[in-house]
Amino acid sequence: MLSYLNKIADNFGPLGKKGIVSFERLGRSALFLLRVFQSIPFVFLRPWLFIQQLYSVGVLTIIIIFVAGTFVGMVLGLQGYNILVRFNSESSLGTMVGLTLVRELGPVVTALLFAGRAGSALTAELGLMKTTDQFSALEMMAVDPFKRVIAPRFLAGFFSMPLLAAIFSAVGIYGGYYVGVYLLGVDDGAYWAQMQKSVDFHEDFMNGVWKSIVFGFVATWIALFEGYDSVPTSEGIGRATTQSVVNASLAVLALNFILTALMLETS
Amino acid sequence: MSNLIEIRGLSFNHGFRVIFDNVDLDIERGKITAIMGPSGTGKTTLLKLISAQLTPRSGKVLVEGQNIHDLGQADLYEMRKRMGMLFQSGALLTDLNVFENVAYPLREHTTLDERMIRYLVLIKLHAVGLRGAAQLMPSELSGGMARRVALARAIVLDPMMIMYDEPFSGQDPISMGVLIKLIKTMNDNMDLTSIIVSHDVKEVSAIADYIYIISNGRIMEQGTPPALEETTSAWARQFLKGLPDGPVHFHYPAPDYNTDLFETE
Ligand SMILES: Nc1ncnc2c1ncn2[C@@H]1O[C@H](COP(=O)(O)OP(=O)(O)OP(=O)(O)O)[C@@H](O)[C@H]1O
Ligand SMILES: [Mg+2]
Repeated sequence: MLSYLNKIADNFGPLGKKGIVSFERLGRSALFLLRVFQSIPFVFLRPWLFIQQLYSVGVLTIIIIFVAGTFVGMVLGLQGYNILVRFNSESSLGTMVGLTLVRELGPVVTALLFAGRAGSALTAELGLMKTTDQFSALEMMAVDPFKRVIAPRFLAGFFSMPLLAAIFSAVGIYGGYYVGVYLLGVDDGAYWAQMQKSVDFHEDFMNGVWKSIVFGFVATWIALFEGYDSVPTSEGIGRATTQSVVNASLAVLALNFILTALMLETS
Repeated sequence: MSNLIEIRGLSFNHGFRVIFDNVDLDIERGKITAIMGPSGTGKTTLLKLISAQLTPRSGKVLVEGQNIHDLGQADLYEMRKRMGMLFQSGALLTDLNVFENVAYPLREHTTLDERMIRYLVLIKLHAVGLRGAAQLMPSELSGGMARRVALARAIVLDPMMIMYDEPFSGQDPISMGVLIKLIKTMNDNMDLTSIIVSHDVKEVSAIADYIYIISNGRIMEQGTPPALEETTSAWARQFLKGLPDGPVHFHYPAPDYNTDLFETE
């Protein structure tokens, strides 16, 4: 009897330990966020720190967003046309492309690309700084790494996400336009007019903006925390970078469902 | 008061591993104190405890009579501006070049103009022999060069004390000689207090005023270099002379060598 209990304990023990470790990490990530918030006022005193990061986090991601947006828009044009033409309503292509991009694909795909490009870079950068004692060195020079390093990066990620999503949607709409109007012969005026008529600023556009604000917050938080909390070795950085992309992507997809449900509920 | 730092009853663990167990240690003002001990005994950890990067399980670290672990962030940072630390790895900021790394504390904590900053940085870089490397990035430096840049950075604010973590490892004999002289002259001329962690017994004995040897969480031996020469402790003698045999074992506990080699399953 006792040996059974021992076996059960052996099986569930590691599970419990894993649970405790994950909860501890969750707690640390919350404390981390708190310290980031406390440090944000400092960034307003040193705006160039933020601008530098805006460049490396935001501007360097634009090209990827541009290319991805174009292709996603073109596919939407193709698929949309082929579905709509069955119902003789290909003139609504503009509505379909516009709504899909602004409400869903714009924020979501941008966030996923952001996690892969900017998020992983942030994680690796902080992980490397930790491994090479740079955080300790800053501390010893009486410089708070949260104020100097982490808060500016957080703000940069937070602010660039909605802008990147807007660029993605805009580029995508032109991609759909190119395929639908130029290649497949949808009426030029109808494409724009239908879109203008049915995409509502508050209902649709702002919903997309809210989503990308939330995604920007979460994806940047995860990327920075994974880097700051990484095991300070080269494998540790590698693992943290992978984790950062995976966790941020999953969080974005799950949050997208919750946000969509909430928004449809309240509209 | 002649002691800048007084450590009393210091205990510290990494997880379940005891690194320090009730250690008392004094650092005399204006002197060079050396900390020695086998690799992995916690010398770096001791420096981090002194500068409050780590918090002890119990005990006090009094710097100028104040327990550094009781200070709030603002007071702690004020204190750290007066402490320089040379990290074992150098710990230069990788996105800044050599000049900017050394200028960093000045830019953060002073309102000096560009001309003055340039002047001060070049003086410090010249002292460590790397004025010509001012425009290089940290990735373009060797380990020994990086550590010398870090030394220039550590002294750029003219601190009251400096902690050197293995300043000599990775230095060729010439740089080593220069560094030893530099540490000694800085200590004597700039009214500094120096703490050196090092394995280089001969070099350190030449300049240190007092030596602590730590191992297994305790202070095994202490004294002035001449006194340690005469030590009766077999342990300290073996460590200082670098003898393979004695009370300290070079080998990690293992089964008998022959049995291990020729054992067949
Ligand atoms: N973050 C950590 N978590 C757990 N154990 C640690 C950690 N950092 C250091 N240790 C352990 O603490 C001990 C002391 O480390 P420390 O770096 O202070 O040694 P050291 O005396 O400076 O060694 P060396 O001469 O090789 O630099 C080591 O045995 C190490 O295994
Ligand atoms: Mg060490």
